[in-house]
Amino acid sequence: MYLIRKKEMLADRIFLMEVEAPLVAQSCLPGQFVIVRTDAESERIPLTICDYDAKEGTVTIVVQMIGASTEKMEELNQGDSFHDFVGPLGNPSDLCIEENLEETKKKHIVFIAGGLGTAPVYCQVKWLHDHGVKVDVIMGSKNKDLLFFVDKMNAVSENHICTDDGSYGFHGMGTDCLQALYDEGRRFDHCVAIGPMIMMKFVCKLTEKLGIHTVVSMNPVMVDGTGMCGACRLIVDGKVKFACVDGPEFDGHKVDFDLAMKRMAQYKTEEGRKKLEFEEGETHHGGCGLCGGDK
Amino acid sequence: MAVQDMMKRVPVAEQDPKVRAKNFDEVCLGYTEEEAMAEAERCLNCKNPRCVGGCPVSINIPAFIQEVKQGDFEKAYEIISESSSLPAVCGRVCPQETQCEGVCVRGIKGDPVAIGKLERFVADWAREHGISPKSDAPKNGHKVAVIGAGPSGLTCAGDLAKDGYDVTIFEALHEAGGVLVYGIPEFRLPKEKVVKPEVENVEKLGVKIEKNVIIGKTLTIDQLFERGYEAVFIGSGAGLPRFMGIPGEQANGVFSANEFLTRNNLMKAYLDEDTPIQKGKKVVVVGGGNVAMDAARTALRLGAEVHIVYRRSEAELPARREEVHHAKEEGVIFDLLQNPVEILTDENDWVTGIRLIRMELGEPDESGRRRPVEIKGSEYEISCDTVIMALGTSPNPLIASTTKGLDINKRGCIIAEEETGKTSRDAVYAGGDAVTGAATVILAMGAGKNAAKAIDNYFKSKK
Repeated sequence: MYLIRKKEMLADRIFLMEVEAPLVAQSCLPGQFVIVRTDAESERIPLTICDYDAKEGTVTIVVQMIGASTEKMEELNQGDSFHDFVGPLGNPSDLCIEENLEETKKKHIVFIAGGLGTAPVYCQVKWLHDHGVKVDVIMGSKNKDLLFFVDKMNAVSENHICTDDGSYGFHGMGTDCLQALYDEGRRFDHCVAIGPMIMMKFVCKLTEKLGIHTVVSMNPVMVDGTGMCGACRLIVDGKVKFACVDGPEFDGHKVDFDLAMKRMAQYKTEEGRKKLEFEEGETHHGGCGLCGGDK
Repeated sequence: MAVQDMMKRVPVAEQDPKVRAKNFDEVCLGYTEEEAMAEAERCLNCKNPRCVGGCPVSINIPAFIQEVKQGDFEKAYEIISESSSLPAVCGRVCPQETQCEGVCVRGIKGDPVAIGKLERFVADWAREHGISPKSDAPKNGHKVAVIGAGPSGLTCAGDLAKDGYDVTIFEALHEAGGVLVYGIPEFRLPKEKVVKPEVENVEKLGVKIEKNVIIGKTLTIDQLFERGYEAVFIGSGAGLPRFMGIPGEQANGVFSANEFLTRNNLMKAYLDEDTPIQKGKKVVVVGGGNVAMDAARTALRLGAEVHIVYRRSEAELPARREEVHHAKEEGVIFDLLQNPVEILTDENDWVTGIRLIRMELGEPDESGRRRPVEIKGSEYEISCDTVIMALGTSPNPLIASTTKGLDINKRGCIIAEEETGKTSRDAVYAGGDAVTGAATVILAMGAGKNAAKAIDNYFKSKK
């Protein structure tokens, strides 16, 4: 069992948990993920690592409630425990590897974080900041209420915040913000985009035009997460790749996003059904993948 | 009981095919005491027992059967336990027809002795009577790490513990058992009733099992040595599923058998636990091995019409004969000598059908089996909403990629000596699917057993 040391609501339906998992905390690096199971009947849910403290033996995750399983997870509180918490899985970000540091320092890096992607982006940006690498961050969300980690991100980067509705910071999406920075004369040669697939797809379209090498973090459906089931397969550069062992980060200009997005819909119907079961009688917030309420 | 025809084996009770096609309860119900003793009578107790040589873990088969004959089932269990850590499993999933039973002298003129069914009976009897294997070897204080709680790891760990070693198994998943829990379905190998007690028996020998630890990620092999382990056995099992590389394979509704079975078995989708599964109305399973049979019979039980598509003929089906027989009885349709060329999809990329081409057998290939050759112009389509690929697996790269000095072959399998499991790294041994690629439970157990012996010799030679 893995004790939840801290729980914090960050925004509507987005929460943070700091979990005791000493072995994971000692071995993980930014870019990697964990698999979490709430109880003995739960799904294995992959979640990107948001922060970790090897000394304290804790790993921090940020979760958005998008279905029955993540809602079940939210029912746990500080002092409760997860049934399973395994990792670190996947490969660390190339930027956050000590041996690459000299190369990394030469780069002009911009991160684009969309929605929940802010959490894994923070992990990388903080690591780079701690290792003396300065980066720009474009942090986007639908509106002001869904923003989180603003102060934290400000402390470790040159942070540009944007909202789709203009309720905070730059009025527009991450891609608009990047274009605006470019038009101001800012130049980048490395971009890391983490967020909803549709966002990453459009970032890649823009950065291809601007000639910026772009890395994306893919989060397809997974079952075991250890390289066994093949559910997380993607087409990258025309070849089958498995996000869990070959990724989760890939060259964004080579990922087949349209296919990846179609594959994401695969279990939506089932999830939606489970969610409706779970929510019987209560207000439906969306997230079932059917009603469009989460769009 | 009527007078026994000694040429024929005592039949074993099974659930009615029509009934069992709709449930996940075990198909074979096993022998009663009387049936087991009657079947044991058929053993000739050969002076030169070929069956023992046919068993990858060399169980003293005639000796245990003689005890069954006498009705001393506890003694029979002790004899089996000397060689096998998982008899209740092996009695159910071993391909006996190509091993012990395949070389049984009785088989020349009639049915071979039902060795597998007798092994299962003895193991089940022992469990039901609260008997578990014992170890009285004094602890020798040497720490050994075993990677993976599947058949090879459990066997290696059990044998080492019996020799007095302090053994810890590191398991990546949240449950011990490896393929016994994620791969082989409940109706063939009950989890709570059979697998769990077998794992507990290994724990009773003093073996510790640490779940949710992925060697190669959570800890590396070098870190295991730093933590005081003096030898390591790698039994990490099979890895990534293979696909055919045909158009439409990434469509929604195409699954690897590993994914389909893991969702159903390990994650218990059939019990309506949280993990979803696509049940399918018409399912095509591609492949002819045990995994294909398991996937097909699982899909059938979830309510689908199921077709197995295999490119060779029935004689070449690599699955256990009993599985093929059971699958047919239950209503799985075999489309033999056919091969998929394309998976058909709708505009949203959901599977709508599959295009197949008919095959014929040509000249034998390197494997000695006749090579299937496409019959030109014979392509046709059938509709389906789910396609399950059961084409085997490639090795998992996690350990090899994080362990310096551990050699792998062209296919990515860990290179290990067949007799000992010795790898290119000192004090590191390996066995099972991680070495051979996808094979059987019993071959993995044999490898775990050999490695345990080699590890014991390694420590003895160090003194």
